[in-house]
Amino acid sequence: MIIDADSKIIAEKGDTMKICITSQGKTLDDQVDPRFGRCQYFIFVETDTLAFEAVENPSAQFSGGAGIQSGQLMAGQGVKAVLTGNVGPNAFQTLTAGGIKIYTGISGKVRDAVDKFKGGALKPTENPNVGSKFGMPGKDK
Amino acid sequence: MIISVASGKGGTGKTTIAVNLALSLSNIQLLDCDVEEPNAHIFLKPKIKEKIPAFIPIPEVDETKCNACGKCREVCAYHAIAVIPPADGEKGKVLIFPHLCHGCGACSLLCPQKAIKEVNKEIGLVESGDSGDIKFVHGRLNVGEIMAPPLIRQVQERIDPSRTVIIDAPPGTSCPVIAAVKKSDYCILVTEPTPFGLNDLILAVEVLKKLNIPFGVVVNRSDIGDDKVDNYCRDNGIPILMRIPFDREIALLYSRGIPMVQGKPEYKEKFRAMFNIIRKGRS
Repeated sequence: MIIDADSKIIAEKGDTMKICITSQGKTLDDQVDPRFGRCQYFIFVETDTLAFEAVENPSAQFSGGAGIQSGQLMAGQGVKAVLTGNVGPNAFQTLTAGGIKIYTGISGKVRDAVDKFKGGALKPTENPNVGSKFGMPGKDK
Repeated sequence: MIISVASGKGGTGKTTIAVNLALSLSNIQLLDCDVEEPNAHIFLKPKIKEKIPAFIPIPEVDETKCNACGKCREVCAYHAIAVIPPADGEKGKVLIFPHLCHGCGACSLLCPQKAIKEVNKEIGLVESGDSGDIKFVHGRLNVGEIMAPPLIRQVQERIDPSRTVIIDAPPGTSCPVIAAVKKSDYCILVTEPTPFGLNDLILAVEVLKKLNIPFGVVVNRSDIGDDKVDNYCRDNGIPILMRIPFDREIALLYSRGIPMVQGKPEYKEKFRAMFNIIRKGRS
């Protein structure tokens, strides 16, 4: 069973859910990428087995619409929760429309982020926490 | 003849050159195509006679016809559409992000369900009028809008081919600049003799070479900085059309919204001489 920080049950015992973590590399031991739409890799993880798949972000270099298309990818993959550093307004709208929970402010190793999520230590965000184009190269973080 | 005035770097004096060139010649139409921040009107003070709203077509989805197939998203070159697939008994849905839409129409044309129609969205205004003998047109992009090129094209639909047309372009080297200078027969690049001026001049030169538009350079505040702009122009065979010194009087006139040829009429001859170089260079 997975319970979030508001004590809401988000997955029953024995159930698994597919979540996605933005990552700077291809493994669970890489660092969480602080950008959502323009992250380097998406790591899709099954919460029960920790079976994962790393996918290079096809939208990372878009001049516009990266957040939207990354959100689209999450919806297409049937992801239930996204763990990342920051999420902008368009990505937020797309993810929300897809019924996907968004957890921002995540840093450190991907594996630790998954553990925290499973341990119920994270609280989903209600709002985008950065503006448009936040993850564009050359922009100060 | 259509002459555009552009610059890689902002604040080099595009509007100063465009306005004062216009005031030094006759039978002129001036188009201010810097629609994100038009300012030629501050100096020309035109009487605006016509205000026409400018629109771009954006998609509207008929949810009763849409089956969330995703074709619209696939064909959108600007990534302005997301399609959430049906899940957990919920119907799929289409999200449109109007600010990213360029109004190309691909989604409505290619929707297999014919579920998308185009509706007009107002993005700004095209205003036209007269300033003395000068015919004046400019575009004003609404606050919060980012699609400058469609508005620039709508300003340019008003080009009067019976006149010498001067286009004040936006700064930079991106899409709005291309839209503004594309139709011109000649482009004046305004720069300043500083490392920033040179860096951005080189970028602008590359753009004009790609567009195959002949060009020359005006060096503004020509007595500051260094000689690297001069060296670059000489080494690359780029004509320097005019030099304007860093002059307190010119700055003072500018700060009062007075065109320099009105306060310093001797400059009219210099602008006419520049026009003659441009005209001869073409014939």
